[in-house]
Amino acid sequence: MSEEKIEQDTGSEEPSPHRLIGTLAVAGLLSGIIIIAIYLVTFETIKENKARELRESVFRVLPDATKMQKLLLKEGKLVVSYKEEKGEEPIYAGYDDNDKFAGYAIPSDGPGFADTISVLYGYRPADRKVIGMWILASRETPGLGDKIYKDAAFVANFDDLAIDPPIVATKKGKSKPNEIDAITGATISSVAVAKIINKGNAYWVSKLPEPGNEPAYEVPAAHTASSRAVDTQAP
Amino acid sequence: MAKEKLAYDEFMKGLWRENPVFVQVLGLCPLLAVTNSAVNGLAMGLASFFVLLGSSILVSLLKNYIPKQVRISCFIIIIATFVTVVDYSLAAAMPVIHKDLGAFIPLIVCNCLILGRMEAFASRNTLRMSVADAFGMGAGFLFALVALGAVREIFGVGELFGITLFGPNFEPWVIMILPPGGFITLGVMLLYFNWVEEKKNKIDKQLAAEDGVN
Amino acid sequence: MTQKDPKLLIQPGPQLRQQMTTPVVMRDVWYALTPATLAGIWFFGLGALLVLLTCIAGAVLTEWYFAPEEKRGYYIGDGSAILTGWLLGLTLPPALPLWMAFIGGVVAVGIGKTIWGGMGANIFNPALVGRAFLLATFPIAMTTWTAPGDFFTLSSSLFALPLMQSTVDTVTQASPLGLMKFEQIDTPFVDLLFGNTSGSLGETSGLLLILGGIYLWWRRDLDWRIPVGILGTAIIFSSILFLVDADKYPGPIFTTFAGGMLLGAIFMATDPVTSPLTKKGTWIFAVGIGILVVLIRVFGGFPEGIMYAILLMNAATPLIDSYTQPRVFGRELDSK
Repeated sequence: MSEEKIEQDTGSEEPSPHRLIGTLAVAGLLSGIIIIAIYLVTFETIKENKARELRESVFRVLPDATKMQKLLLKEGKLVVSYKEEKGEEPIYAGYDDNDKFAGYAIPSDGPGFADTISVLYGYRPADRKVIGMWILASRETPGLGDKIYKDAAFVANFDDLAIDPPIVATKKGKSKPNEIDAITGATISSVAVAKIINKGNAYWVSKLPEPGNEPAYEVPAAHTASSRAVDTQAP
Repeated sequence: MAKEKLAYDEFMKGLWRENPVFVQVLGLCPLLAVTNSAVNGLAMGLASFFVLLGSSILVSLLKNYIPKQVRISCFIIIIATFVTVVDYSLAAAMPVIHKDLGAFIPLIVCNCLILGRMEAFASRNTLRMSVADAFGMGAGFLFALVALGAVREIFGVGELFGITLFGPNFEPWVIMILPPGGFITLGVMLLYFNWVEEKKNKIDKQLAAEDGVN
Repeated sequence: MTQKDPKLLIQPGPQLRQQMTTPVVMRDVWYALTPATLAGIWFFGLGALLVLLTCIAGAVLTEWYFAPEEKRGYYIGDGSAILTGWLLGLTLPPALPLWMAFIGGVVAVGIGKTIWGGMGANIFNPALVGRAFLLATFPIAMTTWTAPGDFFTLSSSLFALPLMQSTVDTVTQASPLGLMKFEQIDTPFVDLLFGNTSGSLGETSGLLLILGGIYLWWRRDLDWRIPVGILGTAIIFSSILFLVDADKYPGPIFTTFAGGMLLGAIFMATDPVTSPLTKKGTWIFAVGIGILVVLIRVFGGFPEGIMYAILLMNAATPLIDSYTQPRVFGRELDSK
């Protein structure tokens, strides 16, 4: 009923196809302009948020680190990278205040109880140990599986953990340097985290340079707009 | 003066009498998906509120320039634009909440409540009434989201807006923050609204009968 | 019990043959459950009795509250709410906090039965709805099993304040199914037969459950096809797996006697409201449960599978019924 009224208002029986296309084009154009505008306005902040989140995660799994840089594997060698590259598989190197190497932060993921779990863990090649673990993303059961990051005691399992032989989650109380205590009621999630770290180790450890030959910390150049641009620790 | 009353009426209609969730049972996908805490419900509610209000204003203003053959496409373009604005703004201003809500912010585009109000109301009414309607429906949706989120958070983790209610020994009702908890809570709330409605109808009938007698 | 020979069954019309009313059937089931229940109380102590009574109280109060005012006496009197609470109680860990048991009873009758329209209208077995809710809500408390212990010792976990956590102070022990699934430890058959193992308070004594089943069958309250179908399928299926790899998969005897298999097969799957009406349908239903139980137990994430197996087949019951309707005489196969 009211539709008829609108038609009378516009004063036309059947609008021409040109008018229909024109209306949609104008609407699309305006919408596009607004979306580009909001994208430009928020772009830097969103990028900064993401970079900050990453930095915080890296420092969390590498307790001594206060600076970090991204490393990419190129022709079998780890090189420092500032740019976002398509399909990159980065790891991150952390350094302390004196630019001394503090460990690698290695992302890895694998199936959990519900959906994929993304893990970032700190690895120190000198003594072949995992020195920290943080869950980047997971959809584990609230109240049970989510203890893999909410339960401080479980996270502390990974503060000093040998990687040979591969990490094992046990329900009987850990007794060996490569064991972690599984969470009661969330065994599958606990085992998943251990497996994910083992997977990361299997891929990365052989590719890392000899201990002592880690890439040195490079003072961020002014032109780099990567995640390090907001790193304020540089001298 | 009559107008004043009507606008208020449109507002109350959305907030309570024709509440989009509890009475019209619309927009359940975001409702069930994100309400595992009151804060998430609030954020989602505000985002939807903003989109609904903005789109209502635009659609109401432009209703005479949009040919009816392409109206749905135009509504969607308008809604999608507002949703994108909300999505980017949230990501910039509140990254934590943005991460929690995940894919459900972009999905506001296909919230049938919003498109429904455009088609059923904003495209046929004056700006003033459309704004009142958007305020009412938006507030009604917000109210439902927060109510559901609050109940689920209280039982599911023993907190409300992140404030611990029962002390450290609280036994969480895990199911409440899982999807089934959303369905159960919503079901109980719908039950309550229907019960109130039925009771009201009974009383109305009784009154009418008494009137008839007198 | 005037009619002894089922071959003389005449289909149409109501015939006066016996007092097969709901209260009579319900009471038969009570009697059948009593031995296994007493055994549970004997093994797990007075605490088990408290859990059971609390479940029944929750179920009965809910039934009473939602029943129409003038019919409350009748609703309680048919004994179905008491049976629902009782069956639910039998599936719970003996040291479950009482407030959780109460909520289980409320959910079992409230969401399991009343919401569908009351007695006879529910799709799912109410007691199992209550248990499924509790398991999803309090997963840790619902999988904390206590070992059979002293009769008069009451675990402090029973008296946890409402909404509060509990700590079990008596000896906890993984159930036979948990031991099998996570540590590949077998439980002696004698313990499984008589019930001297940890587990839900009414499921442990295989022998007494079978006795109860035989009593119900003798009283014709029970469709023998369901338990026979479930157990037969599970035994065949688990035997095949056992023959494939005896170290990895539990044998047929363990499958039958461990966990809630007998309790579920005899007392829960046979609920006439939630099982198919036709003979053919009943067989499909029973075989489905048997396969699902073994699948869930052996390949799933949970050590126990009988509850979900029955609930899933409950959901399939209307479908089974509609496919197994006998053809009306004189009609084409595909018309209704």
